[in-house]
Amino acid sequence: MAPTESKSSAELRTQIRGALNGQTAGKERPATVTVLSSLLAVQDDLHYIPVEAVEEVAQYCDSTINDVWSVASFYTNFRFSPPGQVTIDVCWGPTCHVMGAQDVLRAVHDAMDVEGEGTTEDGKLTLRYSTCLGACGQAPVIARDHVLRGNVTPESAREFVTTVSKELDNGYHH
Amino acid sequence: MVTTIDRSVVGQQVKSESEVDLAFVRVRNRANTRWRELTAGDTPWFKVGFGASGQAAGAQSVYDALVPFGQMGNGNVTLSKVGPRGPMYLEPTLEVTVPGGGTVIHGNVDAKMVGEIVAHYADDRDSTPLHPSAFARIGNKDGYNDGLPRWRDLPVNLPQTKVLTRNFGVIDPHDILQYIANGGYSALHKALASMKPDEVLDEVKASGLRGRGGAAFPTGLKWSFLAPSDAPVKYVLCNCEEGDPGAFNDKGILESDPHLLLEGLILNGYATRSTHGVVFIRQGHDLPIDATRDAIDQAYELGLLGTNILDSDFSFEAEVSLTGDSYVAGEETAMMEAIEGKRSTPRFKPPFPAAAGLWQKPTNINNVKTLSYVPSIVRDGAEEFKKTGTDSSSGTALVCLTGKIARPGLYEVAMGVTIREVLDDIGGGPAEGSERIKVLQTGGPLGGVMGEDAFDTEIDFDAMAKVGCILGSGGIIVGDEKTDIVDLIRNLVAFNQFESCGKCFPCRLGNTHMLDVLDRMCKNESRPGDLELMEKVGTNMKIGSLCGHGQLGYNPISSAVAYFGDEFRQRLNGELQPSGSLGDGIMLMPSRTRPVGQGGA
Repeated sequence: MAPTESKSSAELRTQIRGALNGQTAGKERPATVTVLSSLLAVQDDLHYIPVEAVEEVAQYCDSTINDVWSVASFYTNFRFSPPGQVTIDVCWGPTCHVMGAQDVLRAVHDAMDVEGEGTTEDGKLTLRYSTCLGACGQAPVIARDHVLRGNVTPESAREFVTTVSKELDNGYHH
Repeated sequence: MVTTIDRSVVGQQVKSESEVDLAFVRVRNRANTRWRELTAGDTPWFKVGFGASGQAAGAQSVYDALVPFGQMGNGNVTLSKVGPRGPMYLEPTLEVTVPGGGTVIHGNVDAKMVGEIVAHYADDRDSTPLHPSAFARIGNKDGYNDGLPRWRDLPVNLPQTKVLTRNFGVIDPHDILQYIANGGYSALHKALASMKPDEVLDEVKASGLRGRGGAAFPTGLKWSFLAPSDAPVKYVLCNCEEGDPGAFNDKGILESDPHLLLEGLILNGYATRSTHGVVFIRQGHDLPIDATRDAIDQAYELGLLGTNILDSDFSFEAEVSLTGDSYVAGEETAMMEAIEGKRSTPRFKPPFPAAAGLWQKPTNINNVKTLSYVPSIVRDGAEEFKKTGTDSSSGTALVCLTGKIARPGLYEVAMGVTIREVLDDIGGGPAEGSERIKVLQTGGPLGGVMGEDAFDTEIDFDAMAKVGCILGSGGIIVGDEKTDIVDLIRNLVAFNQFESCGKCFPCRLGNTHMLDVLDRMCKNESRPGDLELMEKVGTNMKIGSLCGHGQLGYNPISSAVAYFGDEFRQRLNGELQPSGSLGDGIMLMPSRTRPVGQGGA
């Protein structure tokens, strides 16, 4: 995930329209475009749904702002403020639970200095609890921007957070 | 956008065999040439096991370490990312197909070993020994590597029967020609060249195949609701939402062998005389999404999708549809809402999907595994398929074995194998550091738990239901003697509460209420009558909810009380320490919420 710079509303709208048009532009076969597919396309590009996107999607899909909000607020992957530079997912599902995910979560909280899901004060890291990352054979599992890492312990999770944080300090960009 | 295909000719006539045959023979010849290049050339072929699980185990660093060895012997080394072979405790795996010498599989490989592993294959093999990470071989022309056990003789493989997982780890999921070289699309060829749609449907009916998404409904019967309709646009949908925590077999198929599903979907379309197929996957699972999209593109390029498939009269379009994070989107009517871009909440039935489904067109919905059996049913016949499994549940089951087990992985067994055989013979018993297997959680968070008394149950839809569990998605999560039952159930109910779509209030409020009760039990703050309270709430959810999410929401609790009633009573009486890692009874859970109400879209 690229760090999100503050952009003007006009710049955001240009980027949003690019993401929306990208759903069909240059495709060999017709693709089905919906409010949901449009919101996913915007979040893929911007990593969040700014208020401008709700308006742009409504217009693009011939829908209403109210209906677009209804969809955006329903699916829990959508977020409405920019995430940190790196998003860390910690799996909270039952396999990881049995294998010690609660201890991993507490260690990650500690290393990030947060008390639950959310973004660190310096805007570097965002923590999410995932309901399942799909690699239960390697539980407990955490992920950095969707790249999975398994068999973590509280200690290795803490180290993982510290390493990511240091990389960001040294100017790492994904 | 919907493209309309002239339906009037489909199913009315079968093109002369020779045209379809010619088209397929052309494709298969290309595939066979490709396979020979890969397996019989002068240089070894390296394959890194690369599903989500392999990635979590570190497969990317192994792959990266292999890249510099691009040249070896007389030519370029082929380096592929393949799906998992199944045993996840051996990941990351590296498989090397040696020219003229069969295949060697290395396990628990790390990037630092790669140089030493490769040295053996690059040099004179006799002078540089095989790296000790090698654990099995497949084939051994000229007695090469006789000392290694054969892959199929490993204890983890002996009890397995591989129908769906036959190609896992063997072929590159991004290369359609490798699928075809291994028998792929021959069922589609057979159907288009020599069978009418009804004959394909009859074969599926005769196979006794039952839906693998959880409900176990007879697949042929479901297809027969859709087949008679003469509507110009008809949909067949493949459900790979797979939001069940602990289940990864649907994604496993798409990661390892996406064309198997795609061939099944096209056959589903042919048998029901449908025009469009949609594969429905949750966003964020990049490996299965990319593999499926590539598979569809390649099938179009080879004339296996689109207009006049293999020069026959049958035309069929397919695409991938992504959903946002919502567990209920896996319910079939909610799934159609999501594909239409709305909130994924279940619809009222009737109308049933076969009458008015996606975009109000006649529709059929099947799970990934269900459709993936169809190519072998059509190719080898229903009788051959039924030789595996039990009378009421034909075929195999894909089992995702995880938790406190020595050999976690993705395994395939014939229906009728007992759970104990899976745990002991395949799984190798309790994990290191665990004394015994105390509890299994099966069938996803709406399934149930079972105790040791039930481990002799056969894996079979009806036998599992009799002991209060469902086979469902095939997830088996193993807990050991230290697993706190009430705390495990709290985790499942918390998931169900988090994922309730909010449409039906008994589910929305009932899950919240049950979670409250379980939470206070875990903190030793139970109130008298708490068990009865949950039963009452659970019963109301069952009666008053539109879909399985509410109807089955009490399952985890009722099954846990049946097998581990003592632990619940001890919690009620305050006889146990508060649960949780710090002994404070607290479980951390996601704070994001889903606004209630039905919304407009």
